[in-house]
Amino acid sequence: MSVLPYVVAVWVCVIGLIGIVTSRNFIHLAICLTLTQSSTYVLLLAVGYVHGGGPPIFKGVKLGTTAVDPVLQSLALTDIVVSVTVLALILALALDVQKQAGTDDPDEVHELSG
Amino acid sequence: MIVATLVPLQLTALVLVALGAPAIAFTRDPLRQIVVAGLYSWALAILFVVFAAPDVALSMIVVGAVGYPLVVLVAVARTRKGRDE
Amino acid sequence: MTRRARLWLFAPAVAGFGALLVWAVAGLPDFGSTEHRYGYLINHVALPERHMTNAVTALVFDYRGFDTLGEEFILFAAVTGIVLLLRQHERERGRGQSDSTHSDVIRVLGILAVGVGVLIGLWLVAFGFVTPGGGFQGGVAVASGVVLVYLAADYRAWSRVGRLGVLEPLEGIGAGGYVVLGLAALVSGAAFLTNMLGPGVAGTVWSGGSAALVNWFAALEVAAANLLLFREFLEEYIVPLHGRGS
Repeated sequence: MSVLPYVVAVWVCVIGLIGIVTSRNFIHLAICLTLTQSSTYVLLLAVGYVHGGGPPIFKGVKLGTTAVDPVLQSLALTDIVVSVTVLALILALALDVQKQAGTDDPDEVHELSG
Repeated sequence: MIVATLVPLQLTALVLVALGAPAIAFTRDPLRQIVVAGLYSWALAILFVVFAAPDVALSMIVVGAVGYPLVVLVAVARTRKGRDE
Repeated sequence: MTRRARLWLFAPAVAGFGALLVWAVAGLPDFGSTEHRYGYLINHVALPERHMTNAVTALVFDYRGFDTLGEEFILFAAVTGIVLLLRQHERERGRGQSDSTHSDVIRVLGILAVGVGVLIGLWLVAFGFVTPGGGFQGGVAVASGVVLVYLAADYRAWSRVGRLGVLEPLEGIGAGGYVVLGLAALVSGAAFLTNMLGPGVAGTVWSGGSAALVNWFAALEVAAANLLLFREFLEEYIVPLHGRGS
């Protein structure tokens, strides 16, 4: 019954979605998108955990000690670095929309133009 | 039963992360939100360390210290300037 | 659709979605008890075969180096998109730079912090195969150290460092070098991105063979891309601060 880490990941994802839909500011929306993305890191690492395992680094540690799964960590690690750039791209788009429409509020931007 | 195989440190880190998420989503002003997001990324880094993933924690710390705040603060400053003109 | 109608439609939808996700996740094996065959194999094989004590970096740059090529190009494409988007804004070149820090303490501590930041970033990259670290983390740390020049000093100092003529070629060299290394292995008859220089000595800077070269190219690309990103954003912010040609 030890599914608490997975449930926390689902909770963070759903909260991020609620934040996105009820958002009144483009920048707030972008940060909530990042929050939803961070729930996937928690899920990946929770799946990779081995009970009683140490980190998958073997310097000074005898080869063969229990270690957690390194494959899922390699997925999460490059993802985090790339997510900053993706956030910056979304913010650049938001700045453009704000310049065109003159408002900060996603609800007041009605038509797709420009 | 739920916490049978969880070390207490992991439980604390999970609770911190679970509390940080609504704090970010329900803070409406972006300037305050980025401060809360900084605290959230710190809690995430602790969670990653406790899950025996030092590389991922290093990634999160390095990115959440300068990358996220700089990008968001510049966007906030630019939107304020755009609105005042 | 009005906002209220949208929210009323959203509430049951998100409740249903959340319930579905919880049901899906409850079917996973218990936390900590899954059998990870690939991970177990890599943990036992990375040190004897490739002489790398950090299994995660061994995966990122050696065993799954092809996937990291894809990730790097996501970074490259996103930064290109940002540069294109933000170039369209009018950039008036202001004259008086009045945003320098007045406090000497901040300047001195900032200069020291730049040095420490860049050095720690380079160390993270160099020893990426030995202890936690690697090209991605080290690249971002170097970029963060360099952007402190703007925070500690003023715009004039930053504009000497964050020049397009320097950053764009560096980013290109980083991304292209990765591909060239892989193609060089292909040309010599082995598979793409095979380790050509032999495994190296475990536990030192030289562990990893040509995967270490791949590591350095990736770090160069990540650092240059992040600096380019910071530069574009700071230009957005700085020029309106100084007004139009004042």
